[in-house]
Amino acid sequence: MSVWQAFIELLKRDLRLAMRRRAEIANPLLFFVMVIVLFPLGVGAEPNLLERMSAGVVWVAALLAALLTLDSIFRSDFEDGTLEQLLLSAQPLSVMVLAKVVAHWLVTGLPLLLVAPLLAMLLGMKSEAMGTLMLSLLLGTPVLSLIGAIGVALTVGLRRAGVILSLLVLPLYVPVLIFGAAAVDAAASGLPVAGQLYILAAFLAMALSLAPVAAASALRISLS
Amino acid sequence: MTDLPNSTLHLQADSVECSRDDRLLFENLSVDVSGGEALILEGRNGTGKTTLLRILCGLRRPDEGEVRWSGVSIEECAVDFHRHMVYVGHLDGIKRELTALENLRVLQTLSGRGRYSVEEALEAVKLGGFEDIPVHFLSAGQKRRAALARLLVTDARLWVLDEPFTSLDVYGIELVESLMDNHLSTAGALVMTSHHQVHLSAGVVKRLNLSAD
Repeated sequence: MSVWQAFIELLKRDLRLAMRRRAEIANPLLFFVMVIVLFPLGVGAEPNLLERMSAGVVWVAALLAALLTLDSIFRSDFEDGTLEQLLLSAQPLSVMVLAKVVAHWLVTGLPLLLVAPLLAMLLGMKSEAMGTLMLSLLLGTPVLSLIGAIGVALTVGLRRAGVILSLLVLPLYVPVLIFGAAAVDAAASGLPVAGQLYILAAFLAMALSLAPVAAASALRISLS
Repeated sequence: MTDLPNSTLHLQADSVECSRDDRLLFENLSVDVSGGEALILEGRNGTGKTTLLRILCGLRRPDEGEVRWSGVSIEECAVDFHRHMVYVGHLDGIKRELTALENLRVLQTLSGRGRYSVEEALEAVKLGGFEDIPVHFLSAGQKRRAALARLLVTDARLWVLDEPFTSLDVYGIELVESLMDNHLSTAGALVMTSHHQVHLSAGVVKRLNLSAD
């Protein structure tokens, strides 16, 4: 039985599960939309101010929405024992972890990516920056899911993991936020953005290769 | 995929020790199970039966000692060991939102196909006709049967079962016992705990009491 087949099967299972509990998909998306819609109400509807802050606001909201959903990567599998079975399967655990993270990103990260331009427009972001916003989120949100998987894997055995998970994961999110928002800002002011995007791509490459292995080891510790 | 000759089916725990929260559960404990043998762990609550099972299937590392599969430490031959071992624990390990069919199909892909197809396995645990209903709508006993159907869909030669009879009715218990007999008579091996009396007619039954000092 090939590893690839198992990867696809697990991915399909997680997507099917997500389709059967749609509230979980809607929740982060709703949070993302609410933060951005409420922001102008809080700071006042001054177009210049909003336009200047738009990159940061969209990125911070996306980051917090991602943080909100992290626990679901492994929590329900841990509670019903399917995680044990995953550990005992005859497939490399890191590949299985990657399948779960990909499914998680498709369910939570991708919808954010798709509504982001709409919400950025709401804040008055310049149209030149839209492409960069999409690209930076495309590179950045998978990194958030991958890093988050390590944190969740470490804390899944704890009963109240919320606070400790945020403390573990947030410092690692900061570089992604800085370069993501900086890229969009630079694009809005007409500056080159290749540098920031390359760094985000490097983060993604590193997270893709290291995070599944780290999360797999963390899961073994959490379940023993 | 390597096919395992029955003669090499041999699980051995060599003087394992385990403590939990500074309490010593067992030390210098050795276990030996080969094809055609059933090992039944006995003992009062909290004597470490489940912990021992988790050590034997590689979920937990013993504090001292080693578990070996055909002479090789299970940490070194994890993939091969896991292909030939199936564990049914306290938790059913099935997704409530998915149907029994979908659940078993995923497990089969993860651990390799066995003698039974998913449909045949569900038929064997008398869940025929329920395969398209999300597990969530099944009764506790039916859910347990769906979990136990996992024993049949892969080619596992070693079954590690933690209280397999939980929430099963009399007929369910008889059914599972007959599956176990069948497994033992085809030179499979079995390690289990149970608070019920286990009636096995095939194989060599060994007992190990963990509460005896």
